[in-house]
Amino acid sequence: MSRPAPRHREKAQVLDEVALDRALTRIAHEILERNGGAKDLAFVGLRTRGVTLAHRLSQKIAQIDGTTLPVGTLDITLYRDDLGMRGTPVIRGTDIPFSIKAKTVILVDDVLFTGRTIRAALDAIIDLGRPTAIQLACLIDRGHRELPIRPDYIGKNLPTSRRESVAVRLKEHDGEDRVVIEEPEEA
Amino acid sequence: MGWTRKDLLTMRDLEASEIVLLVDTAASLQEIAGREIKKVPALRGKTVVNLFYESSTRTRTSFEIAGKWLSADVINFSASGSSTSKGESFIDTAKNIAAMSPDVVVVRHSSAGAAELLARELPCSIVNAGDGAHEHPTQALLDLLTIREKKGHFEGLHVAIVGDIAHSRVARSNIHGMRKLGMTVTVAGPPTLIPPYVQELGAKVSYRLEDAIGDVDVIMMLRLQQERMTAGLIPSLREYSRYWGLTLDRLAKHARPDVLIMHPGPVNRGVELSPEVADGPYSLILDQVSRGVAVRMGVLLLLAGRKGGDGA
Repeated sequence: MSRPAPRHREKAQVLDEVALDRALTRIAHEILERNGGAKDLAFVGLRTRGVTLAHRLSQKIAQIDGTTLPVGTLDITLYRDDLGMRGTPVIRGTDIPFSIKAKTVILVDDVLFTGRTIRAALDAIIDLGRPTAIQLACLIDRGHRELPIRPDYIGKNLPTSRRESVAVRLKEHDGEDRVVIEEPEEA
Repeated sequence: MGWTRKDLLTMRDLEASEIVLLVDTAASLQEIAGREIKKVPALRGKTVVNLFYESSTRTRTSFEIAGKWLSADVINFSASGSSTSKGESFIDTAKNIAAMSPDVVVVRHSSAGAAELLARELPCSIVNAGDGAHEHPTQALLDLLTIREKKGHFEGLHVAIVGDIAHSRVARSNIHGMRKLGMTVTVAGPPTLIPPYVQELGAKVSYRLEDAIGDVDVIMMLRLQQERMTAGLIPSLREYSRYWGLTLDRLAKHARPDVLIMHPGPVNRGVELSPEVADGPYSLILDQVSRGVAVRMGVLLLLAGRKGGDGA
């Protein structure tokens, strides 16, 4: 990405490893409760960290319920509404190795912000087939929605200001499980 | 890293990192071909014009499919049945098309440099889909994508390009691309069809098919254009086929057992390739065609989606 990234410094820790794991465990239980079990559910994670979170949720549900739910990967670059505004589009590919027809798809993302990514993801999923329903799980809801989108499962509601950013760090990518609020460094 | 060019004109101009970006983007887009609904909205509202002054099946069709799968509006222009037959010049036709504000113009022309001329004259992005015996970058890119999928990497691979090197834009684009990616290229053909400058491009030269295919990972056979015979460059098709035709027998005797066979098409069956080889297990000819759509999607997406493009 060629978007100039200002340096950020950590302002506060929001979730530590234990709290992050607890939030995912709770979401897994809520998914089973709301859907009356794990029948016909499937996870679709948004690149990159949503996919990792989707795999973790799938493992939790396997531990609780004994059912292994499939996990797909969605790249929404081709569905963005700001192509040409962000520099070179980096396509990393969609890989959903199962049919989503007649499934309840649980879309997983790390941070829910304006809702534009989710809007693109909904279009992308519907282009792949007709699921019974789509539900949205995200680890952090930081507010500032620009579209009428509401998550079904939330790890933590986190009021933020627009100039701050929320970084979800996961062991698989960042070597640690932690969520922090960052703010731009003053010049 | 990123894509900043307005146009895709030659492989010669590209950096290795840009070639890899194009191949990676195409590889990620291949999944669309397997979908039930083969359409994504990435280039909605963009217009792609195919401006073809030479006949083409694969290239024009695959640019058209690529544009449509990305939701662009694709307009096909071919020289026959247009104002060209009323005597309008190439550049006038192109300027008239540009006046209709397309985002990308894909051009094929029998003159080397035609795409570059348009790139200079027109504000929209230009893709060279073959200009004379000069370059055909999207063909080289799809060849590279096909090779990487089968072999997993580029560095260190050895490719033999066999046939009419002198008149082949495919050979030239591939030599440039492959050399930049650390591959070894041997060109082979009758001396009349090997241009004097190939060694300057970093390719080795061989004048015997048996020697050229001995130690290579990929054999790329080129189409022999029948006009070369009337021009006196080869004595007869039969003789060409006898010395330069790739047959099962020759493959078994001289090539590695895992060698891959490529051909940019259209194939002269029984001339440069025997039908058993063209349809055989190591033939990637149809893989190349499928990859062609993905490569052209990648090219259109990177050109139309680059920053400072028209925005969204």
